[in-house]
Amino acid sequence: MEHSVREEGGALVACFSGEVDLEHSPTARQVLLDCVDRSSKVLVDLSGVEYIDSSGVASLVEAFQKAKKSGVEFALVSLNDSARRVLELARLDKVFTIYDTLADGL
Amino acid sequence: MGEPLLELRFPARAAELKPARHAVKEVLLASGCADAVARDIVLALDEACQNVIRYAYGPGREGDISLTIERKGDELVFVLTDWAPRIDPSKVRPRDLNDVRPGGLGTFLIQEMMDDVEFVDPPPGCGNVLRMVKRIG
Repeated sequence: MEHSVREEGGALVACFSGEVDLEHSPTARQVLLDCVDRSSKVLVDLSGVEYIDSSGVASLVEAFQKAKKSGVEFALVSLNDSARRVLELARLDKVFTIYDTLADGL
Repeated sequence: MGEPLLELRFPARAAELKPARHAVKEVLLASGCADAVARDIVLALDEACQNVIRYAYGPGREGDISLTIERKGDELVFVLTDWAPRIDPSKVRPRDLNDVRPGGLGTFLIQEMMDDVEFVDPPPGCGNVLRMVKRIG
Protein backbone atom coordinates (compact mmCIF):
# COMPACT_ATOMS: atom_id res chain seq x y z
CA MET A 1 0.00 0.00 0.00
CA GLU A 2 1.17 3.53 -0.84
CA HIS A 3 -0.28 6.67 0.63
CA SER A 4 0.12 10.41 0.45
CA VAL A 5 -1.53 13.39 2.10
CA ARG A 6 -1.76 16.86 0.59
CA GLU A 7 -3.68 20.06 1.13
CA GLU A 8 -6.07 21.08 -1.59
CA GLY A 9 -8.96 23.54 -1.61
CA GLY A 10 -9.01 23.84 2.17
CA ALA A 11 -9.16 20.07 2.67
CA LEU A 12 -6.63 17.39 3.49
CA VAL A 13 -6.71 14.81 0.71
CA ALA A 14 -5.46 11.39 1.78
CA CYS A 15 -4.71 9.17 -1.22
CA PHE A 16 -4.30 5.44 -0.90
CA SER A 17 -3.25 2.98 -3.56
CA GLY A 18 -2.49 -0.71 -3.70
CA GLU A 19 -3.94 -3.15 -1.16
CA VAL A 20 -5.39 -1.93 2.13
CA ASP A 21 -5.36 -5.23 3.98
CA LEU A 22 -4.54 -6.61 7.43
CA GLU A 23 -0.85 -5.87 6.92
CA HIS A 24 -1.32 -2.24 5.90
CA SER A 25 -4.58 -1.15 7.49
CA PRO A 26 -2.87 -0.08 10.75
CA THR A 27 -0.91 2.49 8.71
CA ALA A 28 -4.07 3.60 6.90
CA ARG A 29 -5.81 3.97 10.25
CA GLN A 30 -3.07 6.16 11.67
CA VAL A 31 -2.88 8.35 8.56
CA LEU A 32 -6.64 8.89 8.58
CA LEU A 33 -6.88 9.64 12.30
CA ASP A 34 -4.00 12.08 11.95
CA CYS A 35 -5.79 13.84 9.08
CA VAL A 36 -8.94 14.18 11.18
CA ASP A 37 -6.85 15.73 13.97
CA ARG A 38 -5.30 18.27 11.63
CA SER A 39 -8.12 19.50 9.42
CA SER A 40 -11.78 20.48 9.37
CA LYS A 41 -12.26 18.64 6.06
CA VAL A 42 -10.82 15.29 5.00
CA LEU A 43 -11.28 13.63 1.62
CA VAL A 44 -10.12 10.04 1.19
CA ASP A 45 -9.17 9.22 -2.39
CA LEU A 46 -9.52 5.49 -2.95
CA SER A 47 -9.18 5.52 -6.75
CA GLY A 48 -5.90 3.62 -6.61
CA VAL A 49 -7.03 0.99 -4.12
CA GLU A 50 -6.97 -2.40 -5.85
CA TYR A 51 -8.11 -4.32 -2.79
CA ILE A 52 -9.64 -3.42 0.56
CA ASP A 53 -10.83 -5.83 3.22
CA SER A 54 -12.72 -5.52 6.50
CA SER A 55 -9.63 -4.26 8.32
CA GLY A 56 -9.24 -1.48 5.75
CA VAL A 57 -12.93 -0.65 6.05
CA ALA A 58 -12.56 -0.57 9.84
CA SER A 59 -9.90 2.13 9.45
CA LEU A 60 -12.30 4.21 7.39
CA VAL A 61 -15.11 3.71 9.89
CA GLU A 62 -12.97 4.64 12.88
CA ALA A 63 -11.77 7.83 11.20
CA PHE A 64 -15.31 8.67 10.09
CA GLN A 65 -16.65 8.27 13.63
CA LYS A 66 -13.88 10.41 15.06
CA ALA A 67 -14.55 13.05 12.40
CA LYS A 68 -18.25 13.04 13.21
CA LYS A 69 -17.56 13.55 16.93
CA SER A 70 -15.14 16.36 16.18
CA GLY A 71 -17.29 18.16 13.63
CA VAL A 72 -14.82 17.37 10.84
CA GLU A 73 -16.18 16.88 7.35
CA PHE A 74 -15.16 13.42 6.10
CA ALA A 75 -15.87 11.89 2.71
CA LEU A 76 -14.66 9.18 0.36
CA VAL A 77 -13.94 9.97 -3.26
CA SER A 78 -13.43 7.98 -6.45
CA LEU A 79 -14.34 4.49 -5.31
CA ASN A 80 -13.36 1.78 -7.73
CA ASP A 81 -15.18 -1.55 -8.03
CA SER A 82 -13.28 -3.27 -5.24
CA ALA A 83 -13.89 -0.61 -2.58
CA ARG A 84 -17.46 0.01 -3.70
CA ARG A 85 -18.30 -3.69 -3.52
CA VAL A 86 -17.08 -4.09 0.05
CA LEU A 87 -18.76 -0.89 1.25
CA GLU A 88 -22.06 -1.85 -0.39
CA LEU A 89 -21.97 -5.33 1.14
CA ALA A 90 -21.36 -3.81 4.55
CA ARG A 91 -24.11 -1.25 3.89
CA LEU A 92 -21.64 1.50 4.56
CA ASP A 93 -22.28 3.15 1.19
CA LYS A 94 -25.30 4.71 2.90
CA VAL A 95 -23.27 5.83 5.91
CA PHE A 96 -20.31 7.56 4.30
CA THR A 97 -20.51 10.65 2.15
CA ILE A 98 -19.14 9.47 -1.20
CA TYR A 99 -18.19 11.62 -4.18
CA ASP A 100 -17.54 10.27 -7.65
CA THR A 101 -14.56 12.56 -8.18
CA LEU A 102 -12.22 14.63 -6.08
CA ALA A 103 -13.47 17.75 -7.81
CA ASP A 104 -16.99 16.96 -6.59
CA GLY A 105 -15.73 16.75 -3.02
CA LEU A 106 -13.64 19.91 -2.99
CA MET B 1 -13.52 -37.11 -5.92
CA GLY B 2 -12.80 -33.51 -6.84
CA GLU B 3 -10.12 -31.97 -8.97
CA PRO B 4 -7.46 -30.39 -6.74
CA LEU B 5 -6.71 -26.83 -7.86
CA LEU B 6 -4.49 -25.43 -5.15
CA GLU B 7 -2.74 -26.46 -1.98
CA LEU B 8 -1.06 -23.75 0.07
CA ARG B 9 0.50 -23.73 3.48
CA PHE B 10 1.88 -20.51 4.92
CA PRO B 11 2.64 -18.86 8.25
CA ALA B 12 -0.38 -17.21 9.87
CA ARG B 13 0.98 -13.67 9.48
CA ALA B 14 -0.56 -10.59 7.87
CA ALA B 15 2.34 -10.23 5.42
CA GLU B 16 1.60 -13.69 4.01
CA LEU B 17 -1.95 -12.86 2.95
CA LYS B 18 -1.15 -10.87 -0.18
CA PRO B 19 0.80 -13.67 -1.93
CA ALA B 20 -1.91 -16.12 -0.87
CA ARG B 21 -4.63 -13.88 -2.34
CA HIS B 22 -2.77 -13.58 -5.61
CA ALA B 23 -2.20 -17.33 -5.85
CA VAL B 24 -5.88 -17.98 -5.20
CA LYS B 25 -7.03 -15.40 -7.73
CA GLU B 26 -4.78 -16.85 -10.42
CA VAL B 27 -6.14 -20.34 -9.87
CA LEU B 28 -9.76 -19.16 -9.84
CA LEU B 29 -9.42 -17.22 -13.09
CA ALA B 30 -7.62 -20.16 -14.71
CA SER B 31 -10.46 -22.44 -13.68
CA GLY B 32 -12.94 -20.23 -15.50
CA CYS B 33 -14.29 -18.04 -12.68
CA ALA B 34 -15.58 -14.65 -13.72
CA ASP B 35 -13.51 -11.75 -12.43
CA ALA B 36 -16.20 -10.50 -10.04
CA VAL B 37 -16.76 -13.99 -8.61
CA ALA B 38 -13.03 -14.53 -8.15
CA ARG B 39 -12.81 -11.16 -6.39
CA ASP B 40 -15.59 -12.15 -3.96
CA ILE B 41 -14.01 -15.52 -3.23
CA VAL B 42 -10.59 -13.97 -2.61
CA LEU B 43 -12.15 -11.52 -0.16
CA ALA B 44 -13.98 -14.29 1.72
CA LEU B 45 -10.86 -16.45 1.99
CA ASP B 46 -8.78 -13.47 3.07
CA GLU B 47 -11.30 -12.66 5.79
CA ALA B 48 -11.26 -16.28 6.97
CA CYS B 49 -7.46 -16.23 7.15
CA GLN B 50 -7.59 -12.96 9.06
CA ASN B 51 -9.88 -14.57 11.61
CA VAL B 52 -7.39 -17.38 12.06
CA ILE B 53 -4.52 -14.93 12.56
CA ARG B 54 -6.37 -12.58 14.90
CA TYR B 55 -8.60 -14.88 16.89
CA ALA B 56 -7.61 -18.54 16.51
CA TYR B 57 -3.89 -17.95 17.00
CA GLY B 58 -4.15 -14.49 18.52
CA PRO B 59 -1.34 -12.06 19.40
CA GLY B 60 1.99 -13.67 20.14
CA ARG B 61 1.08 -17.16 18.96
CA GLU B 62 2.54 -18.52 15.74
CA GLY B 63 1.47 -21.29 13.46
CA ASP B 64 0.47 -22.12 9.92
CA ILE B 65 -2.61 -21.91 7.76
CA SER B 66 -3.36 -24.52 5.15
CA LEU B 67 -5.71 -23.72 2.27
CA THR B 68 -6.89 -26.22 -0.30
CA ILE B 69 -9.16 -25.57 -3.26
CA GLU B 70 -10.91 -28.38 -5.08
CA ARG B 71 -13.40 -28.36 -7.93
CA LYS B 72 -16.31 -30.77 -7.66
CA GLY B 73 -18.58 -30.35 -10.65
CA ASP B 74 -20.04 -26.86 -10.45
CA GLU B 75 -18.78 -26.32 -6.93
CA LEU B 76 -15.52 -24.95 -5.63
CA VAL B 77 -14.67 -26.34 -2.20
CA PHE B 78 -12.29 -24.44 0.07
CA VAL B 79 -10.84 -25.97 3.21
CA LEU B 80 -8.93 -23.79 5.66
CA THR B 81 -7.01 -25.57 8.40
CA ASP B 82 -5.05 -24.19 11.32
CA TRP B 83 -3.16 -25.62 14.28
CA ALA B 84 -4.39 -23.07 16.79
CA PRO B 85 -6.43 -23.85 19.92
CA ARG B 86 -9.95 -25.04 19.15
CA ILE B 87 -12.50 -22.28 18.94
CA ASP B 88 -16.17 -22.56 19.81
CA PRO B 89 -17.97 -22.28 16.43
CA SER B 90 -21.17 -21.15 18.16
CA LYS B 91 -19.33 -17.95 19.14
CA VAL B 92 -18.48 -17.11 15.51
CA ARG B 93 -21.36 -14.92 14.46
CA PRO B 94 -21.71 -12.02 12.03
CA ARG B 95 -22.49 -8.73 13.66
CA ASP B 96 -25.54 -6.59 13.09
CA LEU B 97 -24.75 -4.24 10.20
CA ASN B 98 -26.92 -1.55 11.75
CA ASP B 99 -24.34 -1.33 14.51
CA VAL B 100 -21.85 0.85 12.61
CA ARG B 101 -18.46 0.39 14.20
CA PRO B 102 -14.96 -0.57 13.16
CA GLY B 103 -14.42 -4.30 12.98
CA GLY B 104 -16.61 -7.37 13.09
CA LEU B 105 -17.34 -7.54 9.37
CA GLY B 106 -15.21 -10.54 8.48
CA THR B 107 -17.66 -13.29 9.36
CA PHE B 108 -20.51 -11.45 7.66
CA LEU B 109 -18.49 -11.08 4.44
CA ILE B 110 -17.54 -14.77 4.44
CA GLN B 111 -21.16 -15.85 4.80
CA GLU B 112 -22.28 -13.33 2.20
CA MET B 113 -19.75 -14.45 -0.43
CA MET B 114 -19.87 -18.21 0.06
CA ASP B 115 -22.85 -20.52 -0.43
CA ASP B 116 -21.96 -22.82 2.43
CA VAL B 117 -19.72 -22.21 5.44
CA GLU B 118 -19.20 -24.67 8.26
CA PHE B 119 -16.64 -25.74 10.79
CA VAL B 120 -15.94 -29.43 10.41
CA ASP B 121 -14.29 -31.86 12.78
CA PRO B 122 -10.54 -31.41 12.49
CA PRO B 123 -8.27 -34.38 11.85
CA PRO B 124 -6.11 -35.41 14.83
CA GLY B 125 -3.40 -32.86 15.53
CA CYS B 126 -5.18 -29.98 13.79
CA GLY B 127 -6.84 -27.03 15.44
CA ASN B 128 -9.79 -25.82 13.40
CA VAL B 129 -11.08 -26.65 9.94
CA LEU B 130 -13.39 -24.30 8.06
CA ARG B 131 -15.03 -25.65 4.91
CA MET B 132 -16.57 -23.23 2.42
CA VAL B 133 -18.35 -23.90 -0.85
CA LYS B 134 -19.07 -21.59 -3.78
CA ARG B 135 -21.32 -22.74 -6.61
CA ILE B 136 -20.08 -21.43 -9.91
CA GLY B 137 -22.18 -23.47 -12.33
